[in-house]
Amino acid sequence: MASLDDLKKRISSVKSTQKITKAMKMVAASKLRRAQESAEKGRPYSDKMNNIILNLSNSITDKENSPKLLVGSGDDKVHLCIVMTSDRGLCGGFNTNIIKKAKLYFQKILDEGKILKIVTVGSKGYDQLKRIYKENIIEKISFKESKNVNYFDADKVGKIIISKFEKKEFDVCTIFYNQFKNVITQIPQEQQIIPLKTTESEANSSEDNYEFEPEEDEILNNLLPKNISTQIFKAMLENSASEQGSRMSAMDNATRNAGEMVDKLTIQYNRSRQAAITKELIEIISGAESL
Amino acid sequence: MSEQFNLEIVSPEKSFLKKDDVTEVVVPAFEGEMGILKDHISIISFLKPGIIKVLSGNEEEKFYVDDGIVEFKDNTLSILTSNIFDIKNSDKTKIQEMIKQAESDLSEQNLDDQKKFIISQKVEVLKSLSLN
Repeated sequence: MASLDDLKKRISSVKSTQKITKAMKMVAASKLRRAQESAEKGRPYSDKMNNIILNLSNSITDKENSPKLLVGSGDDKVHLCIVMTSDRGLCGGFNTNIIKKAKLYFQKILDEGKILKIVTVGSKGYDQLKRIYKENIIEKISFKESKNVNYFDADKVGKIIISKFEKKEFDVCTIFYNQFKNVITQIPQEQQIIPLKTTESEANSSEDNYEFEPEEDEILNNLLPKNISTQIFKAMLENSASEQGSRMSAMDNATRNAGEMVDKLTIQYNRSRQAAITKELIEIISGAESL
Repeated sequence: MSEQFNLEIVSPEKSFLKKDDVTEVVVPAFEGEMGILKDHISIISFLKPGIIKVLSGNEEEKFYVDDGIVEFKDNTLSILTSNIFDIKNSDKTKIQEMIKQAESDLSEQNLDDQKKFIISQKVEVLKSLSLN
């Protein structure tokens, strides 16, 4: 059995760990509020953008000559996957869930004999993927320096993707991120952004006739790159809210576990302290008796 | 009959401006300035760098935009833009910085004509802003 001193040390070390996790939880909670707010504020933009693009793509009659970003390169050989993770750890299953989802998809693609290319956004994703998919990762992006999610960063990622597409480096592009549902639930998502997927039901709902200035395809050519940045920005916002939510619940758990551990150790400490006293007493009494 | 319609300007970060009593908006559309009044036909267009003028009542507000998309539908004008600021409380040093950035962009070699046009437009507008 551990000595009294050892137990004391352990209790104080667990207590200080608990302090840290508690503080991290608080920080995550306040960051979560901000992240959630900006995710909500960003929604009108991406919704509007989606709407306009839907309207535009509906009014395009000449499907064959429409922009490549919309209809794809006509091939399905090279898949580019953008895996968006966090830059910091200690956030529960946040990164693992995305990676798991992504790995499933990777496996499917490789099984079909297609070529897989990966771009990781956020250093944690790179760390987890480099072991197996090292030769597939063509680029890793990290925004450790920027404190908040901003559009500028998203635009950078978007531009990288578009320039790769224009160089015909891939045919299909999918992004992986966590969608924020609430503090305990984040749903890993895969979303195909090139070629753009429009669901039928949405497409049918808009029947307005628009006037376009300049021509539809020219607008689309201008709009689609922006849409990609917007989608990535949206994913980044959702991701950052999810990350904070996930960290908050993870840290909450850790704090609770630490509390339990402190309780258990304290009981053990008191028991052994008492046992030692009793033992001493017995020794004294039996010593006195023998006199 | 009122001559007012709704205006909504959104940037990726937030909803920048929302008004329901605008009488006229002038936007720097790609093919020239475009004034929009109530009951305009549904239209989608995109913007070049320039100044958005919003008239509501006796007020007149001016905003600088880098780029953007305008959509007018059912008497609601939506403007999506990635970079926008109010001209009244803009700071001069930021504008100077943007001019510098734009000028260095312009000096790059591999620009197509459209990009060149947009950036030179940007420089022009920003310069005129920094003057007054």
